Amino acid sequence: MNVGGWYEPGSTPLHRTPAGWKFLVLFVLAGAVFLVGSPVWLAAICAAVALGYAVARVSPRRCLQVLRMLAILVVFVLALQWWLLGPVPAIVMCLRIVAALAAANLFTITTRVEDVVSAVERGLRPLSRFGVRPDRLGLLVGLTLQSVAALSTIAAEVREAAKARGAERSVIAFTVPFLVRTLRHADELGEALAARGEGDG
Amino acid sequence: MIEFEGVGHHYGDRVVLSGVDLRLPERRVAFVGANGSGKSTLARMINGLVQPATGRVLVDGLDPSRDGREVRRRVGFVFTNPDSQIVMPTAGEDVAFSLRRSGLPAKERAERAAEVLAQHGLAGYADHPAHQLSGGQKQLLALCAMLVLEPAVLVCDEPTTLLDLRNKRRFVDLLAGLEQQVVLVTHDLDLLGGFDRVIVLDAGQVVADDTPEPALRHYRKLVT
Repeated sequence: MNVGGWYEPGSTPLHRTPAGWKFLVLFVLAGAVFLVGSPVWLAAICAAVALGYAVARVSPRRCLQVLRMLAILVVFVLALQWWLLGPVPAIVMCLRIVAALAAANLFTITTRVEDVVSAVERGLRPLSRFGVRPDRLGLLVGLTLQSVAALSTIAAEVREAAKARGAERSVIAFTVPFLVRTLRHADELGEALAARGEGDG
Repeated sequence: MIEFEGVGHHYGDRVVLSGVDLRLPERRVAFVGANGSGKSTLARMINGLVQPATGRVLVDGLDPSRDGREVRRRVGFVFTNPDSQIVMPTAGEDVAFSLRRSGLPAKERAERAAEVLAQHGLAGYADHPAHQLSGGQKQLLALCAMLVLEPAVLVCDEPTTLLDLRNKRRFVDLLAGLEQQVVLVTHDLDLLGGFDRVIVLDAGQVVADDTPEPALRHYRKLVT
């Protein structure tokens, strides 16, 4: 998984909309999708999201990636719900999932993480009088994404090393080096942040 | 100027530095020594990442253990592994992250970041996912993230260890052209050609302090 690869640079109206507004729209849309029960309306929302992809000029390769991810999920959910609840609830559920996930993906494709971070910081500024440090929360978002990328790289490398020693089924051969490297990464990251003035107030 | 006065340090019972007295006015200084010789610990004291157990460190008259913030504004630090230094998803965002306290509006921060990237061989990479860069490019990015703050001193802790020969050369050429005072901790002895002063550490003590050639001759004798 590559976290940094989510954003696709561009200058379409969707790219230029401030991150805070996009986030708000995404939030409302996700809520609406779960309140609306009519398949027709849900299909309309899906169509609107698809239109968003066209407006943002998302590359076909990227659209295909999103479609593939959604297809796998939809097939699974559709089969299960159809069997448990019947066809109409199954289709409603799938449309909900497609609308919400496709919209969330469109958000990450068109929004720089830095803009999300500063939107979070700005949105939370009123809370600073209650002791919340908005800049810390913003950094947290960035670091979370960075850590997901770093940990998946470490896991892949450790798995390779275990395989090279013929120990791909050994729990110890994975967990011990994985933990050691994760802790070392945490130490190094802490030092690097301190060197860049984080924590200097 | 960087000064060490009677600096000593230990991790538990293991003494890593003892009685280090140095004044470093030169523009290009290198710390050389075997693994565990204390050279990284010494370098980390310059910006207060490690505080000496005895003695003191001064950077332009400021003590990093008291005025850490002020000192870290003057001293940039590049680590061995760029993967742990990059905290933002794209190259431009990561460099702009350094400027978050500068008071500049976001747009100007992004422009400054792109400028610095372009000056150091990463033109056009501002929107590129940072973790998809090559090892050499990542280290350049880590360097840019420091240089955008225009520090007076740049400390580099074995910055070329993970790089191939070409990127190693490129990184060192870049260092050579900087206006900053550079303190380089390294194992790559052939990179020290243009340096004013090489300090050799062994078991936590300064055992040679000279121009590169005699200092490295001493170091080679020490390890053979």
